Parts: sequence; structure tokens; C-alpha cells
Amino acid sequence: MSSITDQQKHKDKRVQKVSAEQIAAMRDEMLRFTTLQLRDAVLAEDVVHDALNAAFASDKFTGRGNLKSWVFAILRNKIIDVIRERSRHPTESYIEEDDSDDQFKKNGHWKKSHKPSNWGHPEKALANEQFWIVFNICLKELPENIARVFMMREHLGLELKEVCKELNLSDSNAWVIMHRARSQLRKCLEINFMQEGIL
Amino acid sequence: MMECKQAAKLMSQAQDRNLTFNERISLKFHLLICSGCTQYNRQMDFIRKAMKQLK
Repeated sequence: MSSITDQQKHKDKRVQKVSAEQIAAMRDEMLRFTTLQLRDAVLAEDVVHDALNAAFASDKFTGRGNLKSWVFAILRNKIIDVIRERSRHPTESYIEEDDSDDQFKKNGHWKKSHKPSNWGHPEKALANEQFWIVFNICLKELPENIARVFMMREHLGLELKEVCKELNLSDSNAWVIMHRARSQLRKCLEINFMQEGIL
Repeated sequence: MMECKQAAKLMSQAQDRNLTFNERISLKFHLLICSGCTQYNRQMDFIRKAMKQLK
């Protein structure tokens, strides 16, 4: 037997070893991640499929290191490609810069209905399954153009500067969008989960 | 004197850029006297933390 065949065997064995159980579990997680980001379940399927194909067609994964983070790094790039492509053909305009904010009264103070209440120790919620259900629902309620910017920043972890460049936004436009996303998310969590004293 | 509306805007922006010295001082001062904004500020940090753990 030549050493090339041995190497091939060794590689096949390695690929088999990661394929069966790990991919199935990872694929579900990738789908959730991608759907949340792109808000298009069909497109998400395609992107995840591409990412997995790219991952396993590549020789770069040596078997060392964390398979999941390696595959997710590939997925993240695929998602950014899709967003980039989309922003070249914008189907909707971004929010005009607008100083109005219905959380506040005319004098600039919180409206009674919007004044943030005390969440106690919200970190405890991170271990609570119900919290994550609410959190995901609140995220899905963000308008799409706001969600896209927010998810690129907070979920994909891009700097806001990079997001602005990708989506051709001004800094101040992006700040307004991020502020709206955070305020809406905050309010949604407060109404639906963080009642005073619960945590 | 800073109002809550301006303070909230800065608290969000503080997650995305470095505030100027003056912005930091006026925000700090506002937070000393405003319970609503103090909660808002904590909640901004919490939301970022949650987003980091989001699967």
C-alpha cells in the first residue's frame, strides 16, 4: 500500500468521524442562527447548505481545534456575503434621521408608560428557558430594516463602522437605528418577562 | 441640563462609539439623579450580554 492511500484513508476516517452526529446537531443550530439573521427560512437553508459544503470540501480543518467554531466562522462569512449582495439591491429605504422618540414627553422626560423599571438581577434570566423564548419573539418583532442593522452589530459582532460601510449608512443614521432596536427590545422584554421583582 | 431623551440616546451610542469627555460627564451627572435612566443603562448592558449568548 502506498502512503498516499493511507493518507486518503486517514482523511476519510476523519471526515466520517465528524459527520454523523455532530453535523445534524450543528445544522439545526446553524439554521436557527441564519434564519434569525436573514429572516428568510428558505434562503437560510441554502446558506447553511453552502456553508456545510464549503466546510467539508475544504482541507483546512485539521481535526484540531473546535469544529463548531470553524464551521460557524464559514457560515458567518456566507451570511455577510448574502447581506452584502442584498444591500447592493436595496428593496427598502432606511429610516430617515428623525429626532422623534415616542418614549419621551415633550419636556424630554420618560413617559410614565415607558420609564424603565428595575429588573433586579436580569442575568439570572439567561439560564431561564422561558426568557429565551420571549427574547426570540421580541427580536422577531423588530422591523426588518432595524433588525438587520442590529443583528449585524450584536449577533454577527461587526463594528458599527463596518455595518455602515456594508449597508451604506451614515454614522448618525446607524445610531438612530441601533437606539430604536435597543429601546424596542428593552420595552418588549420588560412587558413580557422582566416584571419588577420577578428576578 | 441633560434630559432623559438625550441621555438614552447617548447610552445607546456608548455601546457603539466612545463618548466625548463632555458627553460622559453630563451623562454621569444625569444618571446620579435619574432612576429611570440608571435602569435603562443597566438594561443596555444586559441586552448586549444576552445577544452574545443568543444561539
